[in-house]
Amino acid sequence: MSPLYLRGQRWQVSSRLGGPEIVQSKEKASSETESEVEAKKQALVDLYRQMYLIRQFEEVCGEMYTRGLVRGFLHLYIGEEAIAVGAISQLQSHDYIVTHYRDHGHAIARGLDTNKIMAELFGRTGGLSKGKGGSMHLFDAEKGFMGGHAIVGGQFPLAAGLALSHQYRKTDGVCVVFFGDGSTNQGTYHEVMNLAAVWKLPILFFLENNLYGMGSRFDRVRAGGEDFYPGAATYGIDQAAVVDGMDVLAVQEATKLALESIRAGNGPAFIEAKTFRFQGHSMADPVKYRESSETAAWEKRDPITTFPQQLLDQKLVTEEELEEIQASVDAEVAESVKFAEDSPFPPDEELFTDIYA
Amino acid sequence: MTEITFRQALQRGLREALDADPDVFLMGEDIGKYDGAYAVTQGLLEKYGPERIRDTPISEAAFVGAGVGAAVAGLRPVVELMSMSFSLVASDQIVNMAAKIRYMSGGQVKVPMVLRAPTGGGVQLAATHSQSFENWYASVPGLKVVTPSNPYDALGLLRSSIEDDNPIIFAENALLYGTRGEVPDEEFRVPIGVADVKRAGTDITLVGWAHGVVTLLDAADKLAETGVSAEVIDLRTLRPLDMDTVIASVEKTGRALVLDENWRTGGLGSEIAAEIGYRSSDYLDGPVARVGGTDTPAPYSRQLEQLGIPQTKWVIDEIEKTYGL
Repeated sequence: MSPLYLRGQRWQVSSRLGGPEIVQSKEKASSETESEVEAKKQALVDLYRQMYLIRQFEEVCGEMYTRGLVRGFLHLYIGEEAIAVGAISQLQSHDYIVTHYRDHGHAIARGLDTNKIMAELFGRTGGLSKGKGGSMHLFDAEKGFMGGHAIVGGQFPLAAGLALSHQYRKTDGVCVVFFGDGSTNQGTYHEVMNLAAVWKLPILFFLENNLYGMGSRFDRVRAGGEDFYPGAATYGIDQAAVVDGMDVLAVQEATKLALESIRAGNGPAFIEAKTFRFQGHSMADPVKYRESSETAAWEKRDPITTFPQQLLDQKLVTEEELEEIQASVDAEVAESVKFAEDSPFPPDEELFTDIYA
Repeated sequence: MTEITFRQALQRGLREALDADPDVFLMGEDIGKYDGAYAVTQGLLEKYGPERIRDTPISEAAFVGAGVGAAVAGLRPVVELMSMSFSLVASDQIVNMAAKIRYMSGGQVKVPMVLRAPTGGGVQLAATHSQSFENWYASVPGLKVVTPSNPYDALGLLRSSIEDDNPIIFAENALLYGTRGEVPDEEFRVPIGVADVKRAGTDITLVGWAHGVVTLLDAADKLAETGVSAEVIDLRTLRPLDMDTVIASVEKTGRALVLDENWRTGGLGSEIAAEIGYRSSDYLDGPVARVGGTDTPAPYSRQLEQLGIPQTKWVIDEIEKTYGL
């Protein structure tokens, strides 16, 4: 059950499959053709594939870090995949995405090449940014993926400017900015919420509330309560919702409604997704600040296991089909490691390039 | 040629850029309805409308960073800060975003943005409103820093800056806004990164920028009265820094003085003096002479404030002390 608050009304997404607007079983879809039903089914299966790809990719990232092939800071998104996949599935190609340093999930959901992502993590020439950005700063401008940003809250103003460019050019494009609960205590969060509201910028504020800013649980650093989305109204952003971030279809539905509102010219919208990162803040985190029982409770709601189970229960997919997907994803991830290992380190000259245009 | 003020030159540069390119727009605090805190943008809202002349909330980090975002998307924002001192509030966006996003993306994006700001002291605004952080920004790879000293350069450099594909800190010393100078009636550009020999001489090279050039030209006049021929070099931009022009002059005159109106310690004057010493020691008749602002916060009281700002006499005295001229 995922309560949604949009346009001042209380919305209920009545089933874990997100309600009849999203999918209809073959029995109910009398007005739909066979191919329409098949397309909807394929879209659901694709959501699973993407979530599984992100999970598998990051499990391997962790291994590569342990083997010393990936260095620096590595922040895994494991547990939060339903958000990136659900939200980004609703975007159009001319929309922009700006995110934080836990960015692999958003990058993969946007369709960035996993070979290039892995090569970037390896610091190789074949990486998205030729190895200059690393895990925290994934970029693919052609896909409107405008970074991974590693100063907490630093990405808000950039997102406002990208949204402003759409408004200035009178397109229906949107900028989605992903951020965590920790960043809501930065000044830029409040400044940009106000700026976006007063200029009616086409921007979707997407809070991934995983309850912890590094080792600090939200209630140790915030007196405003467990829900963040009501705060949007104080800036004049009345399009605000909270969704279950472990439910990819709830996220999808909320994002769809928010984007419709933004594209209609109503200005910014705000979605808070409740979620949890199953692992530490980064690979360096021994996770001493929370009980393992809290993690275990969230792991029971892991979208990587619960979502395919629902697909199976509704006979939208077979065990064999799921196994095929997993095998194909595992091969893709293995290929990304091979690509990264085969890619050369950048030549010395690269130190001095890309400083000025 | 027409004689106009530094402020008028900037406004003409903005109008020419707005007329030339629909992707150019302005944003900043009170640049529209209020006509600009220093009146540089006077009348622009009326002519170009609120889409292109955008009044912002008092949120420097937000609107400077929004400028970066708009620039990354291919627009050409000219962002105005009411004071260079206020850039500290936006310094993360300037140093970590504007200057880095191209490099960190492996060259996938560029940032054609100009950040204009009045800078410097001397008008009794006290310690937090009288600073010149263009000195600091000049040490950041990825930024360009432009520091005009007169209306001609202000106009020509502003046009070049708005047409440049990189983030530019455009520092306008507030003491210069009312100063006058001749500018051509037709459009022109002054290239970024090229110093200007403002006055030719044979006995000593005086190096400065922005309002410091006014002081150096005054000093050169005084020196001429005692038979000393001073060459005055206006750096015009602090990054890129045209050291070749400086070195060529020093190797001709054999003497050098560097004037940095900001704090003497750790500023760009230190860098320039060190580089002259490093590159031209065989040509120098003595150590590189230095004049800088006192290492103090700027006080409000005029008597005290003037004690901290380099004056012509400081330059004359320093030359006599170092070289006996």
